[in-house]
Amino acid sequence: SVAPGCRPAEPQTSEPGPALWESRERRRGSEQPRGLRRSISQPHQEPHRAQDCRGPAGRPVQHDKHGVAAGASAKHQPETRRDKAPRAPGARHSMDPSPESDPSHEPQSAYPQDAYDGGHGPYQPHEPGYGLDQPGYSPYEDEIPDPQARMLAIKNAKAYLLKTSTKSGLNLYDHFATMLTKILDEQPENTVDIIEDISQDVKWAQFRKKMDTLRDEHLIPPTFEAAEKCKALFGWSDGEKGKEEVVGEPALPNVMETAFYFEQAGIGLSKDECYYIFLAFKNLVNVQPIQTCRFWGKILGLEMNYIIAEVQLREGEEEEEEREEEEEETVAEEEKEMGEGEEEEKQKEKEPEPPKSTYKPPPEIPKEANGTGTNKYVYFVCNEPGKPWVKLPPVTPAQIVCARQIKKFFTGRLDAPIVSFPPFPGNEANYLRAQIARISAGTHVSPTGFYQFPEDEEEEEGGDTYEENPEFEPSPVAEMVESLAMWAHHVKGILKQGRCVWINPVQKSEEDEEEDEEEEEEEEEEHQEETGQPLLTLISEDEGMKNIPAWTAQASTNLIPEYSIAILQSNRWPGAYAFASGRKFENIYFGWGHKYSPESHTPALPPPAEAEFPTEPGITEATDPTVEEELAFKAAQEEALAEAEEEEDEEGEDD
Amino acid sequence: MEALSLPAALSLVAGGGAGLSPELRAALAASLPLVQRDYRFERVWFWGCIQGVRGAYYIAQGLGPDRAFPRALLFSGLNCLDWSLLTPATEEMLALAEEVKGRFQGDPSFEYSLSKLSASNHPVIKEEARLIATIEEIDRAVGIVPRGAFVKTPLGSVHENRHFEGLSLVEAKKLSSYFHFTEPANLKNKTLLEKADLDPSTDFLNSLEHDIPQGSWSIQLEKGGSVVVLRSLLWLGLTFYHVPMTKQFGYVYFGTGEKNLDLPFML
Repeated sequence: SVAPGCRPAEPQTSEPGPALWESRERRRGSEQPRGLRRSISQPHQEPHRAQDCRGPAGRPVQHDKHGVAAGASAKHQPETRRDKAPRAPGARHSMDPSPESDPSHEPQSAYPQDAYDGGHGPYQPHEPGYGLDQPGYSPYEDEIPDPQARMLAIKNAKAYLLKTSTKSGLNLYDHFATMLTKILDEQPENTVDIIEDISQDVKWAQFRKKMDTLRDEHLIPPTFEAAEKCKALFGWSDGEKGKEEVVGEPALPNVMETAFYFEQAGIGLSKDECYYIFLAFKNLVNVQPIQTCRFWGKILGLEMNYIIAEVQLREGEEEEEEREEEEEETVAEEEKEMGEGEEEEKQKEKEPEPPKSTYKPPPEIPKEANGTGTNKYVYFVCNEPGKPWVKLPPVTPAQIVCARQIKKFFTGRLDAPIVSFPPFPGNEANYLRAQIARISAGTHVSPTGFYQFPEDEEEEEGGDTYEENPEFEPSPVAEMVESLAMWAHHVKGILKQGRCVWINPVQKSEEDEEEDEEEEEEEEEEHQEETGQPLLTLISEDEGMKNIPAWTAQASTNLIPEYSIAILQSNRWPGAYAFASGRKFENIYFGWGHKYSPESHTPALPPPAEAEFPTEPGITEATDPTVEEELAFKAAQEEALAEAEEEEDEEGEDD
Repeated sequence: MEALSLPAALSLVAGGGAGLSPELRAALAASLPLVQRDYRFERVWFWGCIQGVRGAYYIAQGLGPDRAFPRALLFSGLNCLDWSLLTPATEEMLALAEEVKGRFQGDPSFEYSLSKLSASNHPVIKEEARLIATIEEIDRAVGIVPRGAFVKTPLGSVHENRHFEGLSLVEAKKLSSYFHFTEPANLKNKTLLEKADLDPSTDFLNSLEHDIPQGSWSIQLEKGGSVVVLRSLLWLGLTFYHVPMTKQFGYVYFGTGEKNLDLPFML
């Protein structure tokens, strides 16, 4: 709308040169006393300059308002001013409430009337400013005087801002709008420092939205799947199964209690994870026929980890499984024999066979029976609580012997191959089982006297069984920490052979060789009988490595000794811990599953090369006969021939 | 890890079985803010624990305004209440400490006797120096931060990026999204194509994907992808955690302080 009787347009987009200011001043100077004019014109100038350098917020806004308004009316000023002159001041005053602009606009408002009032009429030709009040000669000609044109300019500017980028499909106007909205919503501190980042983020967000509309697949992140599994853990229905378990001892271990004690030493998993493991154990106990069960520990792997349960199955179940395994083995053997028989027949039809290798592999040492020695317990593993439990196969001595020579990280997949030298007979499941066996044998300890040998049996050194001592009296924590003689191993150590109980492999090998046709009596290798330490050995007898003792004992807290517990850490197997508090004790393992060695691991060297073939006269290289020898041999042969012919002739003649 | 977020962070790294007892946690919560006050640090990080044979060392680091500046080291033996300042590491210390093998003893004044070959000047090295050198080595080798968490200002100082909102799940599984938080070794050796994608304010450090040997980091998503945990296989015991799409990250060391030189055989 046209501001009635408005002042000449205050320049908005361009700064008038000094001449224009001067002319303004002079124009105004005619209307008002000088002092007033100066003080008035000063603030008039400043707001204009302040417009460019962002002065107080009020002024630029007003400038714009006035500018626009003025621009709208600039063209019409010369005419309208005269028309609305009488009304102008009053109306203008109401329009401009701010005291600042009033005085600054006074001179302009005074201008049209004073042309006739104050004695300054239209300028004389000799005065500067002459002719400037005519339309088309306004000093602000370089501005867009036409309100329509100004609006047009604004529309052009806005259209330019709205122009869509050919590359990204965004436009600056929307981008600024979104950005400013975001800033005003979030109100970060020191926005000017991070404005570029905000701008970038807004752009990325735009981009991503478009991608989403294109694809719009429901990608279920694994978080939710895992949460589903964990929730399923909770929802296992007890129902009838719960009642069966009441009979006899509770098979389920109290994982949370154990976790509490270990936490006093700073060892253990987070409480959530412990509880999930607890529930997973409950599932295991429901599914498998388990007599006793224990949380053995956690072994870390590259891709996934293993949670391990040490379990004793109920007796009937074990026998069934053994039989099943034996059947499978015999079936496999029969198949192999049939295959070999066919091959042999085929070969006999062909040319004579090349010399067979006389290499006889060392006799295989049989694994220990389930329930004894290294196979005393059955182990179940899972990658995470919620995933199904997998039973690990029993361990063979060959696997243990090989596991001692290699050092490999676990990947987390049970079927992963173990690429090593010496080649490990089995896959990761077997290697895992072997390491578990070694760790158990090396680090499972209990307070001395807790277990005892049963009295009715003879005290053999190979005794494998132990039972709880009803008369056990727990020693105070201070003693348990100070002296390692208060702890004893309750798992039999593994001999070099790979078993807990030594067996002479030669006897067994004779039985195996009955199937072979070639029965060669080997030289009887002297296998020395190996003996290990008896079952309940005190751990003070464990050897240390160099100057490091095998065990480190600590009390969990020195501040509150009455409630502290004794903690043992193994230095030979870093990650194996044991605690004891009164009658309670427990062992656990958290680690990567490797033994500590002060020296670096050196892999085994390959064995010396075998002789290719046995030395026989037919193969042994002899020097070739010299020429003379050949000639002599030839001559001798011819003589022999000649003699033979003569004899035949003679015989023939005789007849 | 940030001292203030210690409780939450410890539960995230507890997957490895190592953690702190409630007593130590309480002591840390009480003593670390005091350390910050006394030494006028801007940030205090709980670095971790080195387990010796007869005792353990608990280590904390204090940071000034420029996060890349060498950090002040503090250690406390066993009770986490009284912290002592350690001198910064020197190259000489690092070289000597390389010679020493075996476990830490647990006593800062213990002296290791070095073999005659290298140590002409110093036939012995104290456990304290070995500790300082080991911490410095671990930080240089495997101290990591996510990409974008720190920015370098044009003046050269390094600050936390307040605009960092965490890595996305896809990015969090890649080794290239994590940087070593130390002086970059070979930042310039990149092709122009690679450099075009980089942002010099955030990509001023070495990323993990060129670590030797390859595969010396184990990345796992725990809790179904809500936490990504990186474990170093070179220094067994260093665990880094990050919750994707949040600002939480940190690393901590719980271990014996020995380098795993058998790594090539174990992979």
